[in-house]
Amino acid sequence: MGIGTSLIRVDAVEKVTGTAKYVGDLEPKDALVAKVVHSTIANGVVKSFDLEEALKVPGVVKIVTCFDVPDYQFPTPGHPWSTEKAHQDIADRKLLNQRVRVYGDDIAAVVAENEIAANRAVRLIKVEYEEHEPILCVEQAMKEGADILHEERPDNIVGHSSFQVGEGTYEEAIKEEGLVTLEKEYETQPVQHCHIEVPHSFAYMEKGRIVVVSSTQIPHIVRRVIGQALGIPWGKVRVIKPYIGGGFGNKQDVLYEPLNAFLCTQVGGRCVKLELTREETLACTRTRHAIKYKIKAAVRKDGTLVARTFKAYSNQGAYASHGHAIVANGANIFKQMYRDEKVLESESFTVYTNCITAGAMRAYGIPQGAFATECLADDLAYAIGMDPLEFRLKNCMQAGYVDPHTKITCHSYGLQECIKIGREHIKWDEKRERYKNQTGSKRRGVGMAIFCYKTGVYPISLETASCRMILNQDGSIQLQMGATEIGQGADTVFTQMASEVTGITEDNIHILTVQDTDITPFDTGAYASRQSYVSGMAVKKTGKILKNKILAYAEYMLQKKADTMDVKQNQIVDKDTNEILLSLGELAEEAFYSLEHCEHITAEATSQCKNNTFATGACFVEVEVDIPYGTVEIIDIINVHDSGKLLNPKLAQAQVHGGMSMGLGYTLGEELLYDKIGRPLNNNLLDYKMPTAMDTPKLNTAFVELEDPTGPFGNKALGEPPAIPQAPAIRNAILHATGVAFDTLPLNPEKLVLEFMEHGLIKGKGEN
Amino acid sequence: MFKIIHMVVNGKEVEVPVDERESLLETLRNRLGLTSVKKGCEVGECGACTVLVDGEAIDSCIYMTVCAEGKHILTTEGLKGPNGELSPIQKAFVEEAAVQCGFCTPGLIMSAVEIVGTGKRYNREELKKLISGHLCRCTGYENILNAMERIVEETYQVTQRNFAEEKNC
Amino acid sequence: MYDIESVIVASTVDEAIEELVKNPKAEVISGGTDVLIKIREGKMAGCHLVNISNIPELKGIEMDSDGTIIIKAATVFSHITNDDIIKQYIPNLGDAVDQVGGPQIRNMGTIGGNVCNGVTSADSASTLCVLDAKMELKGPEGTRIIPITEWYQGAGKTVRKQNEILTAIRIEKENYEGYHGRYIKYGKRKAMEIATLGCSVMTKLTPDKKAIEKLKIGYGVAGPVPMRCVEAEQMARGKTVSRELLDCICENVLKEVHPRSSWRASKEFRLQLVEEMLRRAFEETVIAGGGNIDV
Repeated sequence: MGIGTSLIRVDAVEKVTGTAKYVGDLEPKDALVAKVVHSTIANGVVKSFDLEEALKVPGVVKIVTCFDVPDYQFPTPGHPWSTEKAHQDIADRKLLNQRVRVYGDDIAAVVAENEIAANRAVRLIKVEYEEHEPILCVEQAMKEGADILHEERPDNIVGHSSFQVGEGTYEEAIKEEGLVTLEKEYETQPVQHCHIEVPHSFAYMEKGRIVVVSSTQIPHIVRRVIGQALGIPWGKVRVIKPYIGGGFGNKQDVLYEPLNAFLCTQVGGRCVKLELTREETLACTRTRHAIKYKIKAAVRKDGTLVARTFKAYSNQGAYASHGHAIVANGANIFKQMYRDEKVLESESFTVYTNCITAGAMRAYGIPQGAFATECLADDLAYAIGMDPLEFRLKNCMQAGYVDPHTKITCHSYGLQECIKIGREHIKWDEKRERYKNQTGSKRRGVGMAIFCYKTGVYPISLETASCRMILNQDGSIQLQMGATEIGQGADTVFTQMASEVTGITEDNIHILTVQDTDITPFDTGAYASRQSYVSGMAVKKTGKILKNKILAYAEYMLQKKADTMDVKQNQIVDKDTNEILLSLGELAEEAFYSLEHCEHITAEATSQCKNNTFATGACFVEVEVDIPYGTVEIIDIINVHDSGKLLNPKLAQAQVHGGMSMGLGYTLGEELLYDKIGRPLNNNLLDYKMPTAMDTPKLNTAFVELEDPTGPFGNKALGEPPAIPQAPAIRNAILHATGVAFDTLPLNPEKLVLEFMEHGLIKGKGEN
Repeated sequence: MFKIIHMVVNGKEVEVPVDERESLLETLRNRLGLTSVKKGCEVGECGACTVLVDGEAIDSCIYMTVCAEGKHILTTEGLKGPNGELSPIQKAFVEEAAVQCGFCTPGLIMSAVEIVGTGKRYNREELKKLISGHLCRCTGYENILNAMERIVEETYQVTQRNFAEEKNC
Repeated sequence: MYDIESVIVASTVDEAIEELVKNPKAEVISGGTDVLIKIREGKMAGCHLVNISNIPELKGIEMDSDGTIIIKAATVFSHITNDDIIKQYIPNLGDAVDQVGGPQIRNMGTIGGNVCNGVTSADSASTLCVLDAKMELKGPEGTRIIPITEWYQGAGKTVRKQNEILTAIRIEKENYEGYHGRYIKYGKRKAMEIATLGCSVMTKLTPDKKAIEKLKIGYGVAGPVPMRCVEAEQMARGKTVSRELLDCICENVLKEVHPRSSWRASKEFRLQLVEEMLRRAFEETVIAGGGNIDV
C-alpha cells in the first residue's frame, strides 16, 4: 500500500455505523446549558439590562452580561500567533460586547439546567440600547464622518494594501495606440460554510484548569485564544477536538469556545455546553467576504494583456477575524494567474461594517479574486473577438513562475495540460462554434475558468507541524498528529504516508483522530490546504527517525549493521536481498521487555516548512439557459486539477466533488440576505439555498499528476482549489449562451430574468 | 410531564419514560444512547437525524416521542449483523468513498435502507430525488449516489434471483 | 425539547374535539412539520397541543359509490402520491404533494396540515383549488362541508374554528373526470423548497380535442391565499385551442393575480413566472388530453 493507492478511509467504518463520536456524543448528561443573548440592533451600545424576569425562570443558574466579562480584547482567526506585535491579529472583541456592531452581536449569556429554561430566560431579558444607524455597505462605512465601529480604527478601515507588477502606471500604459480598454465592476456575495455539524463545545474544570471539548479545525489555536480572552496562562487550558462534522474554514476561527470556557468558570467549574442553533450558525459565526472589484484593463488586438489596474473593497463585517488577509490573498491571483505586459496596479481595502463577520472559507479570497480575473478574461477576449481559451493560453501563468513579492514558485506546472483536458472533455472548439447565434427560449453555451492556489501560508506566516510515532509491543505503531481530520481524509493519508516511510503496513498504524492539546503534538491545524504538504513533511521526518531507531535496535538484536537492513511489510529485511531477518513484532517485544537493553521506541519531530508551490487547474462547463424561467441547467461540468502526486486518488476525487458542489451553490443560489436594519432574512437551511442532490449535476473530475519536487510525497494543495472556478466558468458559459454578461453573484433565476428583460430576451409584462 | 412510551427500537422492545416535550431525536440520543442520530438543524431541513418509523424515513427532530407509542424504530445502530459485520449498504458507502466528515452519513444510510427495502430499481435521477431530504456539504452527493446505485442494483438482482428460484420450486 | 405545556395524543376524532373544547387554547398538531417549527421559534411557547396524527379514522383514501374521492386529513403526502386511486384519477394532486420538502417530510406531513396552516405556498393548495375540493370539518356541533373557495380567510387564516378538526377532503367526480391536470412548482432549488410560485392547471377538451370544454387555473403565492383565475377560465370556455388563445388566457390571468414583492422574490419576477408557468402547464395538459396547441 502506501502513497498513491486508494486506501479506504481509516474512519469509514466508525462513520457508517454511527460510532464515531462527535462533540454532542461525548457531552456529559448533567451538563448545564448555555444560550447566548444576541442583540436586536445592528449598531449601537448596550446601556442596561433588566434581568429580573429572566432570573425568575426555574432552572436558570447564572446570567452573565457584557458588563461582567474580563476587559480583554482578543483576536479570533486561526492564524499562527506572531511574536512580533506588528504581525499579530487584530484583537477587537470581548467575550460579550457592550458596543454592538452587528445584528445578533453577543451581549449576554444564560446558563441553565436545561434548554427550555435557558431559552425562556433569553427571551425574557430586556435590553436598553443606544441605537445608531446601521452601516451595511463598504461605501457607507468609508464615508467621511461615518459612525466609528471600533475606536482603534476611526476610518473603519481594517486593512489597506497595494502592490504593483511592472513599470510605470496604467494610465501611461494605455497611451499606446490601438489598445482596447474595458472598465468593469464585479461583485461577490456573502455565503456560509454550512458544515452539517453546527459549532458545538462543552467546558469543565479539572485540577484548576479548563478543559474545552470543541468541534474545531484548530485546537492549538483555540487553546491560545481562550488564554488570551480570559487572561489566563495558556497552559491552564486544554482543548480536545473529537470527530468533527465539517468546517470549511468556519471552524478555522475561534468561535464560542472562549465564552464557553468563561461561563464554566462562572458556575464553579461545572460542565457547561454551548451548542449553536443552525440559525445562530448562519447569523452569528462567519461568512465568506463579499468583495467588490473595480477594474480597468487594456488589451492589444493580438490578444496580449497589456495592463490592468483594480481596486478591491472587502466587506469585513463587525469584527476583524481573518481581516485583510482574505482580500489580499484574492488580489494575488491577478498577478499570479495572468501576466500584464506593462503593468498591474492593485489596491485593496478591508472595511468594517455592521454586517456579519466574514472570515475564512474554503480557498480564502481566491473564489472572489478568480471571479473577477476570469470574468475579465472573457470580457477582454470578447472585446477583441478572440476565443477566451486562446486568450488565456496567451496570457496565463507559465511554468516556473515566481511571485515577484513572496517568491513563491510554481515548482510543478500542469496548467496547460489541465486546459487541454478540459477543452477536449467539453468539446470546446466545436461547441463554441455550434452555439453561436442561437435563438429560442433555451440556449446552450460553454465556459471556462482557470485558477492557481498556493499550498500553505509560507512565507506570509509560520508553517510548522509535528508528529509522534510510538511503537507498540506487537510491532504496530500509534500515529499522533497535531493536524486535524475534519472530513477531508487527513488521517487516512497520514496513515498512508507513515506506511510509505516506515515500511509498516497501514493496518498496523493506529492514528489518533482526537487532537488533545495535552497529548497530541503542536500543529496549527486544518486550513490553507496545508496539512498533506506541511504536516506531511512532519510525518516523513518522524517516520525516518522511527525507522532508524527500529533498525538500530535490529542491529543490536541481529548484530548486523543497521544500514544494511530495511523495514518492509512489517519485517526487518536485508536491504540487498530482501531476505526476512526478523519480524517487527519480535523486535518490538524484545525492545519492550529486554532485561538487558529495554527501550521504548518512539519518534517525534517538528517540521518547519520554508517552502511553497502552486497548484493550478481549470473548470469547463456546458450550460443550458431556460430564458423565461431564468434557470441554468448544468449539462456537463469538469474540474481538472494539477495538484501534484495524488496521495489517495479516490479521496482526492471525492474532495473535488465536494468543492464543485460548494462552487455550484456559490454560483447559482447561495447568498445570505439582510433587511434594511441588518437583520438576517434567510438564516436557516430552507431559505439558504445550498444544493440538494437534485440540484447537483454529474461531477466530472480529472487530474494532471506531476510530482512536485517540494511536496513531501510529490503532492501539493488540493483541499480548497476545487471550490474556486465554477462561478466564473458558469458565468462565462451563460455569456456564451445568451450574450448577457452577469457581473455579480449569485446567478439566481430572478437576477437572470430581470436582466433578460433588460436585454430584450424576455418581453416585460404588459407588452404582450 | 413524564409518560412511559413503549417502542421496538432496533428490534428490541423498550419501555422508556420520556418528557412529553421531547423529540424522538432527543429520546434516542439522550435516553437510549443511540448517538448515530445526529442533530443538524432541528427543523427537518438537513436530514441528519433521519430514522425509520415503521419502515419509513422521517426527521426525528420534528417527531414527538409521544407519537412513537407502539412503533418500530430503526437507527444505524440496528443495521450491524450479529457479529458486528456491516450491512451491504454500509459496505457500499465505505467502498465507494461516500463518507467524508460523516455527520450526514447515518441519516443517509437510513434513507438508503428505506429505498433499498422497496426492492425496486431506481435510476440515478430517481435516487437523487429519494435522497433530496439530506444535505451534505462534503461529497457533492456523487459517491453517495454511486453507493446507492450499486446497492439498489445488487438488491434488485438478489430479489429477482430469489423470485426466480421460488418460481422454480 | 419543544417548549409546550402539554400534549394529548388523541386516538379518535371525538376525543380530539373533546380535548379542544375542554381547553380553548389548545391547538391541533398533525404531522408536526410546520407546528413544531413554529414552537421552536418561540412563537407558541407554553401552548397545549392535541395531536391527531395517530387517529386511524383520519388516514387513507377512499372512493364513494358516486365517484367522490375522499382523502382523510391526516394522510401523509407520500401515501397520497403512492395511492392507487390518486394515481388513477387525480395524479396531478399526487404529483403536487410529491414536491413538498423532501422525502422524510413527505412521510410525516399531512394534507390536512398543509391546508389548515392557511399559507399560500402550500403545494397541495392550488391543485385542491382546481379540483374544487370540499373540506369536511367536524366540531362539537357536528360536521360541515366548506368549498375550498371559501376555506381561506386571509394569509394564515382559514374558516376552521379552534375546536374543529378537518377530517377529510372530498373531490367530486365531475371535478376530475375528463380533465388532465398539471402542477408546476417553481422554487430556487429542486427540493427542500417553498414555492416561489405554484401553478396548477386542469383542462378538459371537447370530444374532438379541438376546443376547451372547461379550464381551471389555480395559483399559490400569486396572492395572499391560494387562488383561482375565474375570469380567464370563463373566457377560455368553448374556445379553440391555439397559441392566440393561450396569449389571451395569460393576459386575463395577469389581471387577476396580485403577487407581492418580498425578499424571496419581486412582484415583477413572480408575474413573469405566473405567465410562463401557465403557458407550460396549459400546453402539457392539452397534449396529455390528446389536443395540439399548434394546430
